[in-house]
Amino acid sequence: MEAPGDGRADGIPLTPGDAEGELLWLDEPLSFWGGTDLATGVITDVHHPQCGASLAGRVVVMSASRGSSSSSSVLAEQIRSGVGPAAMLLASRDAIVALGALAAAEVYGVQMPIVLTDANGVPRAGRVRVSATEESAVILWGACGTSAAV
Amino acid sequence: MTVVSPLVLTAEDEAKLSGERGPGVAMAMRIVVALARVAEATELIDVESAHIDSCLYHGQAGLDFAETLARLGARVSVPTTLNVSSLDLMHPGLVRLDPEEAAAARRLMDAYVALGARPTWTCAPYQVDSRPEAGTDIAWAESNAIVFANSVLGARTARYGDFLDACAAVTGRVPLAGLHLPAERVPTLAVDCSDLPAHVLESEAAWAALGFVLGRIAGEEVSILTGIDPASVDEDRLKALGATAASSGGVALFHVAGSTPEAKAAGSAWPPDGIRSIPLTREMLTAARDELSTAATDAPLDAISLGTPHFSLTEFEKLADLLCEPGNFALPVWISTSRSVLAEARERGFLEPCERAGAQIVVDTCTYLVPILADSVRTTMTTSGKWAWYAPANMGINTVLGTLAECVASARAGRVIRDGSAW
Repeated sequence: MEAPGDGRADGIPLTPGDAEGELLWLDEPLSFWGGTDLATGVITDVHHPQCGASLAGRVVVMSASRGSSSSSSVLAEQIRSGVGPAAMLLASRDAIVALGALAAAEVYGVQMPIVLTDANGVPRAGRVRVSATEESAVILWGACGTSAAV
Repeated sequence: MTVVSPLVLTAEDEAKLSGERGPGVAMAMRIVVALARVAEATELIDVESAHIDSCLYHGQAGLDFAETLARLGARVSVPTTLNVSSLDLMHPGLVRLDPEEAAAARRLMDAYVALGARPTWTCAPYQVDSRPEAGTDIAWAESNAIVFANSVLGARTARYGDFLDACAAVTGRVPLAGLHLPAERVPTLAVDCSDLPAHVLESEAAWAALGFVLGRIAGEEVSILTGIDPASVDEDRLKALGATAASSGGVALFHVAGSTPEAKAAGSAWPPDGIRSIPLTREMLTAARDELSTAATDAPLDAISLGTPHFSLTEFEKLADLLCEPGNFALPVWISTSRSVLAEARERGFLEPCERAGAQIVVDTCTYLVPILADSVRTTMTTSGKWAWYAPANMGINTVLGTLAECVASARAGRVIRDGSAW
């Protein structure tokens, strides 16, 4: 895997939080309900290009979610049990995904940052850190921020 | 990048948010406000009713959320109905969940009743009393309920789902965004149905096939169907159309020229000038029917499933009419409905012929969501485009989409009977 070098990208915070993980780019929108395994966070939608990949602990990059609004519950449950993404970078203001993160934050105090960004310049792989407050959000990789890169 | 939130809250909103109205209201308000920021809404608005879908069990998190709200003293502040659950409380043992999951599903139901919601347990709250009026803002979840409320009733709801439905019910407030805004309700796409023969539109299944095509064409766009004789439009058909379009696409609002409330009000102003128009053909309907039929028509048929969304009183009446001719079912026939429609169907005498022929009733839940049909069932015929869309993946069952008359004939014959003239 090619080293991504160092860098940063800014975005708009949709939900706050601070997290680090390996990037997972999804080439198509994903439905958490019916498209992922509730207990493991593995993508099970056979029509999805990343079928078989695990969301657990990853910084997931995707345009949007799709399908059932039950996806909010599935995402919240995956965050609760520790098999959800560490953070998400989205290209749209996706309410279904945001609600899953907001509910998990309310009930369990676990914050999963979601950042609105076109992800231009973000590497295709490697470890990144995502920091989102109520006001701003930044994605850092390489020497700019991740502990793994030091 | 810094964001200045455009959201302006009222003094009462602030009071709810700060905990002055109790910690449960504050928790719900935090989520409503966070969502308003995600949606870039400038203000919150009142809703007159809510329909909660979060009562269907999807794991511990949903249960913890509802019980946290209840423990913090939250109560719904507007009339609130509840969607299908994971259990049929009227027929214990019918749903085959493991005891632990069944107990959790039951606790989830109890938590929402404790919040003050009505135990309606139906995906068709529009069949229950006290329908929302045209032009009123509501917070409804469940894709078929959303599209029916918007399209057929002319009420205004955005696409609400898990968690926000409950928070809207508790706070009585939602972000002013999406389909609450009149400008978002204007069609941007016309679907020309004038080529469809009138007799083809005489079955709910044909409208389900139409909905399948609409969902594929429209995605999340607001559309207007043109060239349909208002005499062939009724609520059961619009229910079938909307539920299927909300499954194959993200349709939350469609209009039918001359029939649905906002299209009637707009008159000749709709379709708006310059929007694209896509012609729909009879061949597209039969292709949709065949795509919703994953089983070969000569495959052995194991069961019939009716009532997704929940069977209405008029659908019970139509079925009872078809059962005037004697002949019992050779296959299990399942009908999913609500308790309130079931009681009315019994009172009106529509239920008796169905049960006499061998139909089995499911309430509070639905046959595509939880294991009710026997494990041995491989192929099921249904009038429902939504059932046909979800059952193969959810239940591992192959489907045949057919009209109610085809389903009755097939149930009696024990194999798939097609009536070519109906399509």
